[in-house]
Amino acid sequence: MQPPAEMVHWLFAVGILFVGLCLFAEALAGREVWHMRRWRKYLWPSLTLVLGLFLWPVMAFFTNSAIHMYAHGSWADALMLAGAAELGLVHGRLKSPLWRLTWPLAFVITGTAFIVHEQNPWLFARSAFLHHLIGWTFIVGALAPLAIAIRPRSAAFQAMFAAVIVAVSIQLFADRDVAPIFGHLSPLAGQQHR
Amino acid sequence: MNTTFVSEAVRQHDLRAHAISLLGPLVAAAGLVWAILQPSRITLLHPRGQGFYWLAIEPPLYLVAAGIVFTVVVARPLLADLESHRATTR
Repeated sequence: MQPPAEMVHWLFAVGILFVGLCLFAEALAGREVWHMRRWRKYLWPSLTLVLGLFLWPVMAFFTNSAIHMYAHGSWADALMLAGAAELGLVHGRLKSPLWRLTWPLAFVITGTAFIVHEQNPWLFARSAFLHHLIGWTFIVGALAPLAIAIRPRSAAFQAMFAAVIVAVSIQLFADRDVAPIFGHLSPLAGQQHR
Repeated sequence: MNTTFVSEAVRQHDLRAHAISLLGPLVAAAGLVWAILQPSRITLLHPRGQGFYWLAIEPPLYLVAAGIVFTVVVARPLLADLESHRATTR
């Protein structure tokens, strides 16, 4: 009954892409204009929170290894924390700008979880390569939300943040359960399929 | 105010509005290109023998849908607000 893992990645890719598009639009329009409609200022923080929530069933149903469960559980926590903190900030309930540090924290936790829970080397198969790549994208990309925490009104930093999110989304769309990467596919990975 | 500054601000505003209006169509176009390059991903074209998930989850179509939903739900109201903000600050 479980969907193939690649399909779960594609579904998350759609949600993450939508968050990235909203971030790009906010960076282009400016925070003042973005907040002109009440529903819009809650849009991408809510989506982030919901994506974090959906990581829990992934943890619960894909129990192929303990490390996989820990990884998904930790980044479900991190994503929900970042989404909830952003909701609190845009609502005005949270005042301290230090809450913005939840984003770089979430990025570092997510990146580390991606790298740690992929136990195969980079060129084992495409999914292994992408897990390493996404992990490092998150860790290096944590500089973007960190820069926003320091200069929250910078459109350039917000566009960088959006670019990291969209890059992760593209990498998730490229995921396949068993497929070669740059012509490499370990015989231990199994039979390649569509 | 100096007219050079005003015209520069208007030009930047137009560029931003143009970029926002392009985001959704670009994503939808990426989905269309993907569907053309890998028609096997669109299992609705050859549904016989496909399982539920392969029929329900077709990423190129999701990309197209994401582009359309973003354009209608987010970009259009945002562009209207950008225009009204420009009118009030002019």
